[in-house]
Parts: sequence; structure tokens; C-alpha cells
Amino acid sequence: MGRYLIRRLLLAAPVVVGILLITFLIKAAVPTDAVTAMYQGQMSEKDAAQAIAALRAKFHLDLPWYQQLMIYGRDLLHGDLGESIRLRRPVVDEIGFRYVNTLILTGVALAIALVVGVTTGVIAAAKRNTWLDVTATTVALFGISMPAFFFGLLLILVVSVWLRLLPVVPHGPIAILLPALSLGLIEAAPISRVTRTSMIDVLRRDYIRAARARGAGELSLILRHGLPNALLVVLTVVGLQIGNLLGGAFIIETIFSWHGIGELAVNSIKWRDFTLTQAIILVSALSYLFINLAVDVLYAWLDPRVEIQA
Amino acid sequence: MSAALDEAPEFEAESRLAQFAARFLANRSAAFGGLVLLVLIVCAALAPLIAPHDPLAINPIMRLRPPSAEHWFGTDEVGRDLFSRIVYGCRYFLLICLVAAAISASFGTLLGLIAGAGSSLADGLIMRLMDVMLAFPYILLVLVVVAILGPSLWTGMIAVGVAGIPGYARVVRAAVLTVRREDYVEGARVLGASRAQIMFGTVLPNVLSPLIVYLSFATPLAALLASALSFVGLGAQPPAPEWGAMLVNSRTYLFSAWWAVAAPGTALFFAIFGLNLLGNGLRDVLDPQS
Repeated sequence: MGRYLIRRLLLAAPVVVGILLITFLIKAAVPTDAVTAMYQGQMSEKDAAQAIAALRAKFHLDLPWYQQLMIYGRDLLHGDLGESIRLRRPVVDEIGFRYVNTLILTGVALAIALVVGVTTGVIAAAKRNTWLDVTATTVALFGISMPAFFFGLLLILVVSVWLRLLPVVPHGPIAILLPALSLGLIEAAPISRVTRTSMIDVLRRDYIRAARARGAGELSLILRHGLPNALLVVLTVVGLQIGNLLGGAFIIETIFSWHGIGELAVNSIKWRDFTLTQAIILVSALSYLFINLAVDVLYAWLDPRVEIQA
Repeated sequence: MSAALDEAPEFEAESRLAQFAARFLANRSAAFGGLVLLVLIVCAALAPLIAPHDPLAINPIMRLRPPSAEHWFGTDEVGRDLFSRIVYGCRYFLLICLVAAAISASFGTLLGLIAGAGSSLADGLIMRLMDVMLAFPYILLVLVVVAILGPSLWTGMIAVGVAGIPGYARVVRAAVLTVRREDYVEGARVLGASRAQIMFGTVLPNVLSPLIVYLSFATPLAALLASALSFVGLGAQPPAPEWGAMLVNSRTYLFSAWWAVAAPGTALFFAIFGLNLLGNGLRDVLDPQS
């Protein structure tokens, strides 16, 4: 297990370097716009030119790219993500609480996606080719085709406007309900599909037939003997699903004014605030990498055959 | 003699095409998906004939009217006819699909071919680069490209296309690795075909099936994302009748005019749904093992 973990960490190292390089590109490509835009029309041309030069020096835009890259790397090693151009304060201060908000949102959404997806998938597999299965499969296909932002708006329309179950602008803990449902229910669709396929496969295995021969009840057959084995396969797609949730959060946060990093990322691109964009992309990509690593290690721990093959 | 030889493969290709068409039409989900695609193409091509109103014509007197005989899907916040805008929106939708798929498929296929059939150095370099791109969740990668190029309709489409490249590269490379050991590839090599001839003439036609199946799944996803970009203001800009962009302003009127949200949202849903069904069907027809 230890050796597997070390090898996975070593394999992740070049990817981390790649992520750093790609986020660095964001800065290299949008240098002058943001700086010029800030001062346009606000002062005389001479003052503006001076201010722009000062700002360019501050963000090291006057240096050759390789020196900029070295400074970027050095600052990151010191935990310094730079200063937001627009908000004029350290990026870390701005994204800290937003990162937590996004984690909470995606965490709750993942829980919803897993509960709904696995339940419907198991039911569809157990009642294969009945109307329950057909319904679950069709709904899953609907979910895969549904734009998350449209689904979010539909939820607001039905829950808040037509049924009046929730205030339109909810406060307190219930505020998470609609955004988490929009994200989670959509991601439940692929999880449901994978669970169904994997469960059907498992239910054909000899050990299930053996358990049935020993007189195990149908429910215990599915929940105790089938499900744990079927879930192993589901786990492999969870890492991918978290990526989708993280990505979906960028859209959903905007609709529901959930103050996470997704909402800020979209705004930072509009503002052309490259330090902010850079930091958010970097933090999200590293989180995603780490989560996938954790999922893989968890998988290897649950199913030791993986370690031998790897 | 040589004329007969030239004709033979053509005849065979035709019958294979006919076989494919028959299987395609027999598959319900493929046929339905194909129908949706056909409707989209017809609407896009004949938009000026189908749409009863100018999609950009503002009419303040007719603001936020519910669906009626005159305005089938109602009107939006400045009195534009929603049905006409939906019809014109098909153009944007197909344009996005085409541009995104063209970028991802061409570059992805090329990189996958080189990685699979080229030297191990090229393979290593290309696939490490693809790994780094795949280390980003899809939307995040799209946002990186948008951040670099600046937000607009075209950069949105390009971004979605570029972010799709590694997926294609992986699929094509995997297919090439199984094909390159086949006897007919060895045969072409023995006959003295150049590396490029083997890659494009011999290997590429034999990896088309997995490529098309992947294309049919990746394209609706790309279109979904491009609309999402427009929705958050990083893609097509209002007043363009792009379905995602149409939702930007109308969501403010969700409480008083639900149809202004429902029309573009439902259009987008059906288009994506149709393409997904088409993908499912194509997979069953082209790749019976899975």
C-alpha cells in the first residue's frame, strides 16, 4: 500500500508542474488589457502611462517570460497567490471563504447524487426490464441531456414560484437546498447508469448464485452480497463526477448567487483580473488532482487486486 | 480488367453503406436522434422562411406576452418573438457543434495518430501533455482558454473545442494501438507505404468507428458547455438568439414570464437529448460488442 501511494504521488508531480505552467499561461496572455482598462479615462494620458508602467512593474509584466515564470513559481512556494487587480487585496483573502462555500456545495451535491444515483441504479438493476427500470433509465438519459443552468431555473420556478415551498431568495441553511439539488440530481444520472450496469454484472456472478442456492433472501442478496461489489465500480467514476460537480458549480453558483469560487472565477474572467483567475483555476485543479488521488488510493485499499496490477 | 478492379471496392462500399443505413433506421434511438438532428438542420438552413418574425426586432408594446396564435412561444422582455429566436438559435447550436467538434476531432485525431503510430518519444510527450490537460475538470479547462483569449462567442466555441482535444487523442491512440499490430498494416509497410500513407491511408480508416462513437457523445457535451458559457456571460452575447444567451436576461423575469425561460431551455434540452440518443444509437450500430 505504501509503495503504491508513493508511486501515485511521484506520477502526480509532473502533472502539478503542468498545471502550474497552464495557469501561468493565463497571465502571459492577458497582460496589458486589465492594466490599461483600469486607468482608461480616469486620468490624463501622461499620468495613466506612468500608472500603467508602475502596475506592469508590480505584476512583473516588464520582465521576460521565463523570469516571470520563476517569480510565479517562487511566490507560489511561499504560499503567495498574488494580489487581485480589481479588488486590490491579496487573492488568498478573497478565495479562502469562497473555497469553503464551494466545498460545502459540492459536498452536499455529491451526497445527493450518490444517494439518488445508487438507489435508482440498484432498483433498475434488480427490477431489470420492468417499467421501473425503463423509467429510471429514461430519467437518467433526461438528466444527462439537461443543462444544469436550465434545471436550476426550473427548480426555482417550480419550488419557489409555483409551489411556494421556499422563499425565492432563501437565507440561512436552507439556501443550499436548491443549488445542491440542481447540481446533485443532474450528476445522479450518470451514477445511476453506472450503478445499474455494474449491479447487473455482479448479480450474474457465481457467488450470487451460490448465496441464492443457500437460501439468502432477495433483499439481502442485493444489499449484502451484490451492492458492495457493485459499488467498487461506482467508486471509479466518483472522481470524475467530482470534477463535473466542481465544474457545474461554476454555473450553478452564478444562478443562485452562491458565493463560491465558481461565481468569482466567472467574474474574474469578465474583469480580466488574471491573478484572481489564475489562483482560482490553480486551487481548483490541485483540489481535483488531490481528490482523484484520494479516490484511487481508497479504491486500491478496498480492492487489493488493483495494487498488484498497477 | 483494371476498370473492373476499380469498380469492385466502390460496389462493396455502397452495399456497406446501405447495410449501415438499414441498421441505423432499425435502431429506434438512432432514428429519433437522427430526426432531431434533421429538424435542427432544416430550421437552421431555412430559418428566414420558418420564422414568422425578425429574431432581433424589438416591440415594446408586446413585452413579455404569453404564448398566443401570433407568438407561439410568447415574447421576451423587449417584445421579440421567442419562436423566431428559437428557430434562429438552431444556427448557433449547430455552428457551436461544428466548430467545437472540428477543432477537437481534427487535432485530437492527429495527436492520437502520431502518439499511437509514431515514435515512443512523440507518444510520451503528447500523452503527458494530454494528461496535464485532463488533470483539469472539463469546464475548468474551457475557462482557462476563455481567460487566455477573452470572452466572446468565437472564443467560447474555440475553448470548448480545445478542451475536448485530449479526450479524442486518448480514444484514437487506444484504437491505433490495437490496429497497428494487424496484418494489413504490416502488409502496407511491406509494400513500401510511407509512414504518413500508413497513418492516414491504412490506420485512420480503421479507427473511424470508435472515433465517430466518441464524437457523437462528446459533441452534445461540448454544445451544453458552450451554452453554459453564454449563460454566465462568457460566450455568445445578447441580443444574439443563442439559447444560452437568451436565458441571461429572461431569468430576471422568471416569476412573471416563465415561457421566456422555458422556450430556450427546452429547445436546448431537446437538441442535446436528440444528439445523445443519436450517440447511443450509433454506438449500438457501429460497435455491437459494447
